[in-house]
Amino acid sequence: MRDALIPQPPSPKNLPPHTLALSLPRRETSYWHDAVRRLSRNRLAVIGGVAVALIMVIAAGADFLAPYPYAKTNFAHAYESPSAPHPMGTDPLGRDLLSRMIYGARISMIVGVGSQVLVILIGVPIGAVAGYYGGTLDLCLMRAVDVMYAFPTLLFVILIMSALGAGLFNIFFAIGITGWVTLCRLTRGQFLTLREQEFIMGARAAGATPRQVIFRHLLPNALAPIIVAVTFGVPRAIFTEAALSFIGVGINPPLPSWGGMVGEYQQYLRGYWYMATFPCIAIGATMLSFSFLGDGLRDALDPTLKR
Amino acid sequence: MLRYALVRIAWLIPTLLAMALVTFVIMHATPGSPLDPQAPNANPLSPELQRNLADKYGLDKPLYIQFFTFLKNVVRLDFGISYIYRTRSVSEILAGTFPISLQLGAMAFVFAALGGIVLGTLAAVHHNSWIDYLCVVLATMGVSLPNFVTGVLLLLLFSLTLGLFPVAGWDAPRNWVLPTITLGLPELGVIARYTRASVLEVVHADYTRTARAKGLAERVVVTRHVLKNALIPVVTYLGPLLAAIGTGSFFVESIYSVPGMGKFFVLSMSGRDYNMIMAVILLYGAFLGVMNLVVDLTYGLLDPRIMYM
Repeated sequence: MRDALIPQPPSPKNLPPHTLALSLPRRETSYWHDAVRRLSRNRLAVIGGVAVALIMVIAAGADFLAPYPYAKTNFAHAYESPSAPHPMGTDPLGRDLLSRMIYGARISMIVGVGSQVLVILIGVPIGAVAGYYGGTLDLCLMRAVDVMYAFPTLLFVILIMSALGAGLFNIFFAIGITGWVTLCRLTRGQFLTLREQEFIMGARAAGATPRQVIFRHLLPNALAPIIVAVTFGVPRAIFTEAALSFIGVGINPPLPSWGGMVGEYQQYLRGYWYMATFPCIAIGATMLSFSFLGDGLRDALDPTLKR
Repeated sequence: MLRYALVRIAWLIPTLLAMALVTFVIMHATPGSPLDPQAPNANPLSPELQRNLADKYGLDKPLYIQFFTFLKNVVRLDFGISYIYRTRSVSEILAGTFPISLQLGAMAFVFAALGGIVLGTLAAVHHNSWIDYLCVVLATMGVSLPNFVTGVLLLLLFSLTLGLFPVAGWDAPRNWVLPTITLGLPELGVIARYTRASVLEVVHADYTRTARAKGLAERVVVTRHVLKNALIPVVTYLGPLLAAIGTGSFFVESIYSVPGMGKFFVLSMSGRDYNMIMAVILLYGAFLGVMNLVVDLTYGLLDPRIMYM
């Protein structure tokens, strides 16, 4: 850990991204412009990105897209196989599964994106402060992070959930409390390597305040790995919510959650295959889309990475 | 090396003590108690009965006394009674269920390690060919699909539709196939990724070129020179992996009705089964510590330059 404090010799990997872009003899393109171009060439990443956008649209437009209210029971039409009025069939309470799937997308997206906002709000400032100021503060913060790391995440989340009770807000809280650690370490590491470089020294010499150094110079250059980490954090949060709801300590029952649906309908698998299968496919497709997008972003944002 | 191993094993004790203490504190800081669990099948008792039971199990004593009583008993491997099952002790329950989880975990471990290393090596050796893309896609799928999703889908396809394997149970080897695949698949993906990245780095190293230049067969180059050097990051991952999947999985065990210990990780938390929580966390911690030691000793076999201090 101490090694990171020794100034790094300039190599392409350690140069801030904009310096690298300027050093290329070709026509002037910005780092972000280049990244977008690299991303759009990656077929899997584009497919992933389009799928993610589609799921976002479904989540946002659930009120208009869903043919029935998600909690409306109709015992006259319980256990129905997929048909024209109910394209994905109905569950043992006669609720329309397509509608539940569509609202499930909304829950997944809220949990996935919302919890990452919380993770960023906790993880990045702590990592930034630890990385910028160093010293005793850094030491204390990192020991606390180590203790958090020692516990199996899912167990910790289950413990928090069984203490707080099921519910959307509590899931946010549980994922936020456990998830910030990775982002904190990442931000700190980035700041540690960046802060010893010439351009930061230059900024300081020019009279920049710590706030200006952190927000104008350090953070923009540490942004790429943070974006990649958040892209992978979203599916992990969706997974955690699905797992919690599968166990029964996640979303409160009338609200539909894909994971909760798999857990609830799994017992009917023998006679009514469609009930658990569609949510399974939805979880799988969402996780895959985010993974492909995240892989593509990582390759696109790190020009030094060899393919 | 023996001295190194002994020192490391001795270090396990303070580590486990710290884990026990932290778990104990968190456990008692969360609301609820074993006598008043929020578990679905908990029976509500009158306050008087609760007081009697608390007295019997020592739950009314100050926390530090409870903790030291616990430590005193743990030395004799006595974790106390399970508050959920009441009639059986935690050690009895775990003695019956841990071997099953360990067997399933070990099978999944072998499946994941062999499959992942072979797939990752093939992908790296045939870099940018169709087999490479297949590996990347398979690995991404393995990593990103939760195992309750693959579990349900495999069960639907192979048991209910094709009828190749039984739906539930744990008596015959035929029962073992689907849970093993379900548990091992995500890890296979991770291992394939690590192996591919690591082999790609080694494939272009000077000593690999030397090995080729002196006329060794491609197979010998890959197995003797490339793999041996590329496996170190993979081994780092494999150690903790066995501890993680050898202690059972709630999802896989509940989907395939495997009578393992995975369910206790979840049930003990929601039922505030204090003794069971401590036992499963410490079992996992001890397993993890031992596996990390095994990993560090394996480094020396793979790379004799690594010295033990």
